[in-house]
Amino acid sequence: MKGTQLGEFEEIVLLTIAALYDDAYSVAVLEEIERRMERPMSIGAIHRTMQRLEEKGLVKSRFGEATTERGGRRKRLFTVTPAGERSLFEAKTLRNDLWAAIPKGAFKTSLS
Amino acid sequence: MKPVNTPQPPRWAERFLEWIAADHLLEEVQGDLQELFEKRLQYDSLRKARWLYVLDLLKLIHPRLWRKKSSTTSLNPFDMLSTYIKIAFRHLVKNIGYSFLNMGGLAVGLTMAMLIGLWIWDELSFNKNYANYTQIARVLENQTYNGETGTSWAAVPPVGNALRSQYGHDFKHVLMASHPQRIILSAGEKKLIKSGYYFEPGVADMLSLNMLSGTQKGLQEPHSILLSQSLAKAFFGGADPVGKVLEMDNNQAVKVTGVYEDIPQNADFRDMLFIAPWSLYISSNAWIQQDAWWQNGFQAYVQLADHTDMASISAKIRDLKKKAVTGEEAQAKPELFLFPMAKWHLYADFENGISTGGRIQFVWLYGMIGMFVILLACINFINLTTARASIRAKEVGIRKAIGSYRSQLIGQFLSESMVGVMFAFIGSLLLVQLLLPLFNEVADKQLSMPWTHPGFWLIGIGFSMFTGLLAGSYPAFYLSAFKPVKALKGTFQPGRFAATPRKILVVVQFTVSIILIIGTLVVFRQVRFAKDRPVGYDRNGLVMIETPTNEIHSHIDALRDELKKAGVIAELSESLNPMTGMSFSASGYDWGGNSSDPELSFGTVYIDHTFGKTVGWQFKDGRDFSRELATDSTGIVLNESAVRQMGLQDPVDKTIRQTAYGNTEVFHVLGVIKDMLMESPYEPVRPTIYKINPGKGNLANIRIHPHLSPSEALGKIEAVFKKYSPSAPFSYTFIDEAYAIKFSEEERVGKLATLFACLAIFISCLGLFGLALFTAQQRTKEIGVRKVLGASVIDVWLLLSKDFVRLVLFALLIAIPLSYLLMNRWLENYTYRSGIGPWIFVLSGTGALLLAVGTVSYQAIKAALNNPVKSLRNE
Repeated sequence: MKGTQLGEFEEIVLLTIAALYDDAYSVAVLEEIERRMERPMSIGAIHRTMQRLEEKGLVKSRFGEATTERGGRRKRLFTVTPAGERSLFEAKTLRNDLWAAIPKGAFKTSLS
Repeated sequence: MKPVNTPQPPRWAERFLEWIAADHLLEEVQGDLQELFEKRLQYDSLRKARWLYVLDLLKLIHPRLWRKKSSTTSLNPFDMLSTYIKIAFRHLVKNIGYSFLNMGGLAVGLTMAMLIGLWIWDELSFNKNYANYTQIARVLENQTYNGETGTSWAAVPPVGNALRSQYGHDFKHVLMASHPQRIILSAGEKKLIKSGYYFEPGVADMLSLNMLSGTQKGLQEPHSILLSQSLAKAFFGGADPVGKVLEMDNNQAVKVTGVYEDIPQNADFRDMLFIAPWSLYISSNAWIQQDAWWQNGFQAYVQLADHTDMASISAKIRDLKKKAVTGEEAQAKPELFLFPMAKWHLYADFENGISTGGRIQFVWLYGMIGMFVILLACINFINLTTARASIRAKEVGIRKAIGSYRSQLIGQFLSESMVGVMFAFIGSLLLVQLLLPLFNEVADKQLSMPWTHPGFWLIGIGFSMFTGLLAGSYPAFYLSAFKPVKALKGTFQPGRFAATPRKILVVVQFTVSIILIIGTLVVFRQVRFAKDRPVGYDRNGLVMIETPTNEIHSHIDALRDELKKAGVIAELSESLNPMTGMSFSASGYDWGGNSSDPELSFGTVYIDHTFGKTVGWQFKDGRDFSRELATDSTGIVLNESAVRQMGLQDPVDKTIRQTAYGNTEVFHVLGVIKDMLMESPYEPVRPTIYKINPGKGNLANIRIHPHLSPSEALGKIEAVFKKYSPSAPFSYTFIDEAYAIKFSEEERVGKLATLFACLAIFISCLGLFGLALFTAQQRTKEIGVRKVLGASVIDVWLLLSKDFVRLVLFALLIAIPLSYLLMNRWLENYTYRSGIGPWIFVLSGTGALLLAVGTVSYQAIKAALNNPVKSLRNE
């Protein structure tokens, strides 16, 4: 299995799953990302990424209750595992460190 | 449930998804697509939503969509295999009798095939030990008289020089050689009579002899000798023989200049224990005329130059001799040709000047028998295995019902047959090892198991695996496909014709077996017949002793007197050739009268005056040679065949002239004897003339005194011989033993045929047994019903046996005419032959029938004795 290094899209999906907390399933994740990034995504891409994350052990899944929606089919609900949390933190720390390392005045505009 | 009129995504796309998606993903993916579709319907048209559904589906296509979920608890495949093998073993042990029979049958078939294979391999690899195998040839000669071409293996002395001078660059070697000679070799006190060749020096290079000491060039010295390893060891033990001096025939001192590794048994020149220079042969034998184109008593070998072609050079030298000779020799139209080494052993029979085969026919014959036997054995194994397996339909049902996969059933059945085959293979290896000494004796070979030969293992194991796969494939692929319910209910019925192939097989097997039995009987009868043929002299107590030196000849009278006085011998005489062979034949005779034909050839036996008395020939007319009458040295004795050939009415005292090479000799007939059988016991006796030998004989013939035991007499004879001839080793042969050798080839064929016939019968009975087993099993219920309705054991036995008897009778019907044709053809090889009596067919037919009935009866009676309650209750 590949290392637990997160790709950019993987990081976004993982963060979305964390953000949706108890209701993170593929269509919800898709809609959340589409809304925030303001661009259309394919359900296939989301699927594959979530499968990959599960293989890496960063998320785990269970089936939800069957409802009348979706033609009676169950949802697969995802939650972030402790390993997932750790790699999210690592990614965040890396970014924070890099932000902190940028010298003052390196950017012409100030965003904050 | 959805109302029927709610909008739906395209049905085909859903189907496609169901087909393509992995099981564990299908529900989720379908749900997702459905949810998206439903959501889109709220603000998009149905058409667009359906279109987007398909688009989403297309974007889902990725190996991840259909990749199976990797199983976390994968079974170790070796666990399963070991289970298969364990159960296979249990099955074998549970039906030990049947397994033993089945595996034994295959083992016997494999054994036979292996023995035949080894034999064929040995025959085909004959002479291949020589590195120049493809480039070596022998120079042979075709002579044509009266339109009939005969082939002579002999060469004349000048042919070597002629080939060298005219076609020198076509050959790497042109070598003249003597025929193998038995010569007394002595080193100090040690004397041995051994066979070897006189050869021109290139021989060591041509035959690529492996020199253990000394050099191949050693033969170039005029008084030198090369020894084989074993002969060198016999003379000098461990000491280095090079430089030591040997004495040849007690008159030529030669120096050992090299020792070569012994020539292997399956090669020509295996009797070449020493090589002496050709030049020495010429200088020590005054009778050899180096330029005599008529002296046909030598051999010529060649090795072709590189990049030359045997056929074209053979054509080139064709007329070499014809151009060199005139007169009588030219009339024979001599044509020389090269006979390649590759053909010496297997294609040595010539007919009308063309090689027509020889031992290769045996290679084909045995090869065919071998293939046949192994085929029958394998089919038997397959048959018995499948017949047994059909009982296990229920087992298949149960196994399937409790969750066995079909692949597991296949594995189970295949490993069972594989285990059986492997046992048979190992068994056959042991059997071959056990039988090899016996086989070697019967076949006159020195075969050994090629344990280290990878090809042997490859073929052996490959073949076994193939048989095992085939045997296991019926239960593995056919039975395993049954629906469990059907199999458990017992509705499995093999078709009406399921037994037909088995029946055909039984007929074929019995046909082969009966032919082999008849063949064996005919061969032995022929040998018996020839052995019983009257020989015309008395073989009892007749011994011949080699007399290679002149010492015995010059003291022959003293020797005879001394032995006679001591009461050791009844008579002693000298002759040029043994009683069991004819070395010379001559033509050019003229007996007056109209029927004289100088072309007619007569066997000629050179003897002394007491020869007749020694061997005990019987006169029909006239009298024996007498020492008292000096004129008897030009007398001759004829045999009956010669008198018949000449067409003489009253032969005694007739004068016969012989003209050869311009000289005419005059003989007068003393008497006529009854034919004496000296050559092949299968051929008519050759018209023969017995003449007094003016010089030394090669053999002393001795009639041991009837009151003495042979061993006692021989001790005394040896002592007297040693006294007169200290330089020659004492070497004797009993005539009856030498005579018996004439039958060895036929007896060999007979013994091999017996072996094959026994094995074939065994295998055929197995085939029958398998078929009987199969039928008895199929008809269990029928037999039960019959017994309940009052059938006796005899009735049931008859019911089951008569089918098989019919098969064997059918086989007899095919076998008898076929074997009659085959054996008649074989017997035609012999002029003096026994007929094929009808009793042979009766005997082998009854034998086969009894065997078949016996085999079937075991099953039939077993089935008949079964309690019908048991067979009927089982439902």
